[in-house]
Amino acid sequence: MRQRGPGPPPAPAPADPGRAASVRVIAEELRGVRGALLPVLHEVVTTLGFVHEDDVPVIAEVLNLSRADVHGVVTFYHDFRRTPPADHRVSLCRGEACQARGAEQTYAVAADRWSASPDVEVAEVFCLGNCALGPAGTVDGTLHGRLSPDRLAGLTEGWPR
Amino acid sequence: MTTVWVPCDAASLSVGADEVADRLTAAGVTVRRNGSRGMLWLEPLVEVETPRGRVGYAGVSPADVPALLAGALDPTEQCVGIVDEHPWLAAQHRVSFARVGVIEPTDLAAYRELGGLRGLERALTLSPEQVVAEVTASGLRGRGGAGFPAGIKWETVRTASADVKFVCCNADEGDSGTFADRMLIEGDPFTLVEGMAISAVAVGATEGYVYLRSEYPRAVRTLRRAIDIAYAHGVLGESVLGSGRRFDLDVRVGAGAYICGEETSMLESLEGRRGEVRAKPPIPALEGLFGRPTVVNNVLTLASVPMILADGGEAYAALGTGRSRGTQVFQLAGNVARGGIVEADFGISLGDLVEGFGGGTASGRPVKAVQVGGPLGAYLPPERFDLPLDYEAFTDAGAMVGHGGVVVWDDTMDAARMARFAMEFCVKESCGKCTPCRIGSTRGVEVLDRIRAAQDDGVRRTQLVLLEDLCTTMTKGSLCAMGGLTPMPVRSALEHFPEDFGLPASTTEGVRP
Ligand SMILES: Cc1cc2nc3c(=O)[nH]c(=O)nc-3n(C[C@H](O)[C@H](O)[C@H](O)COP(=O)(O)O)c2cc1C
Ligand code: SF4
Ligand code: FES
Repeated sequence: MRQRGPGPPPAPAPADPGRAASVRVIAEELRGVRGALLPVLHEVVTTLGFVHEDDVPVIAEVLNLSRADVHGVVTFYHDFRRTPPADHRVSLCRGEACQARGAEQTYAVAADRWSASPDVEVAEVFCLGNCALGPAGTVDGTLHGRLSPDRLAGLTEGWPR
Repeated sequence: MTTVWVPCDAASLSVGADEVADRLTAAGVTVRRNGSRGMLWLEPLVEVETPRGRVGYAGVSPADVPALLAGALDPTEQCVGIVDEHPWLAAQHRVSFARVGVIEPTDLAAYRELGGLRGLERALTLSPEQVVAEVTASGLRGRGGAGFPAGIKWETVRTASADVKFVCCNADEGDSGTFADRMLIEGDPFTLVEGMAISAVAVGATEGYVYLRSEYPRAVRTLRRAIDIAYAHGVLGESVLGSGRRFDLDVRVGAGAYICGEETSMLESLEGRRGEVRAKPPIPALEGLFGRPTVVNNVLTLASVPMILADGGEAYAALGTGRSRGTQVFQLAGNVARGGIVEADFGISLGDLVEGFGGGTASGRPVKAVQVGGPLGAYLPPERFDLPLDYEAFTDAGAMVGHGGVVVWDDTMDAARMARFAMEFCVKESCGKCTPCRIGSTRGVEVLDRIRAAQDDGVRRTQLVLLEDLCTTMTKGSLCAMGGLTPMPVRSALEHFPEDFGLPASTTEGVRP
């Protein structure tokens, strides 16, 4: 069931004081659009990296929603991560078309290589729309095709383990 | 001065098109950016303008640029000749994709020159009833999966009365093995804008939204740019092409949830809520976005509309077979030698697609199976390559055309593992609203694990009975097709590849425990 940010969030440090003000500005700016909550949350993640627990009441107040509503939406969607991002991120496609071209191997190698790394996140995704040139994946946000373990190693050369 | 075209769609960029474009610019040639032609195995496919036409060079890397400009690639296999005459393209019938890969995606003048906006202009001279009648006459059916007649849906919205009506384009394209929506938006976005404007004129809508998945950032950017240009030229806004009719269009970005491709879940998401599926009725055509009458159509459905209005519904209906009219944009993906976009009239056989266009597997091994129609679609063996691509023929074969994705597998595929994956995908992507889907899929993973691990036949048989029970419960008891169709890949895998489940091999009659 869809109940995930990436992993159970550890008790987060309290948000820094300037943060609530930034979140308020974002929410107020987008308040007028129809169904504003998703655009607001996207903007929070884009500018502040993730959705902090303390952002929820601020957004709820500005959009005139209950905290439970906002919390429910944050937890439903993968994109609204609740922990700060690591320095690097690799998202690998595990959709069928990429599996047919060996994606599971690339995924296993990446997951193994960075399983203990605090600096690199490895995430699974299901289809990036690059299904004729798989295995597909993004490396720090840039889409790549034909992503064999070797090519991934080349693209991430010099990264911490 | 030489002009060179380098594609700028996400797939081409994923294999280095930008680096090639940079190198060409540095070499002093004029670089123009087109969408992809859809011959994805050739990307980056660079095209040099010549008096004979645009000559293509496949798999160009930055290091190839000096040789390319010196003509040294001409005698090599990298040179594929005049691109428009390429047999793979010439054998297709490009209607929705006619301009994709040919023009700069956001060049409105080029769009007009190649027939763009004729459909909208004509629609504005007709009454709303007449516009809907053209779409009905065309036989156009929804390309998002369910194949519902577009004309009937539009007529329902048109005759509903409300203070405001909406047109929503479903560009969530979550099915693995599909990328046509993305390529159309990145290669010829005005076709979608025009299709939505025609729909708005027909049903009396004043606001439109494109729900575009966040996995497609390039498409988001291209479409936003196209919409800005359309506003600046009066194609959108308070007076569409000077008609005095208002239509506003906006892009909304999804947030990484497969289920938001289901239309009611998409509407919930557009309203700013969890993407939980709504029970139907009420149907979205009557109570859709914010409870108002709403057209929800897939990108390819809406992108077929400009041509239908420009050339008339009859012209479109003349293409295709049976009750599947017009063309379908197939997407060849996975382990296939020549993957990409094949737009063809309905009725082409599965074998012609996979072997004719696709050229078999990329690995060079025999084809074992193809999965048609996304993660909820059936696995079919080469024995079924005679099947014509037609909604009804596929339904009769226990399969579905869906959004037209065809994923090819070679003989190293393990069908039991893929059946388990189908259940696992359902566990991950279920919206959680109903039990057969939410719990059934979890049980399905466990049962399939036991079947795959079974050492003795008795255990295997008992578990297979359980699996069949589960599939029946999910099919009959799920609120939407997520839970309702997950059994399709599972059952078809078992039917056609029983040996992967530890059962005796059989013919296509299959083994039903
Ligand atoms: C689980 C699920 C996922 C779906 N995903 C999509 C999708 O990504 N894109 C789409 O157009 N339709 C999708 N659909 C179908 C839509 O519910 C709906 O039928 C379609 O958008 C209607 O447009 P059409 O008539 O033009 O096909 C999905 C359906 C289900 C059950
Ligand atoms: S079948 Fe699954 S996805 Fe569909 S409504 Fe039920 S729980 Fe949600
Ligand atoms: S299945 Fe991997 S990109 Fe589509």
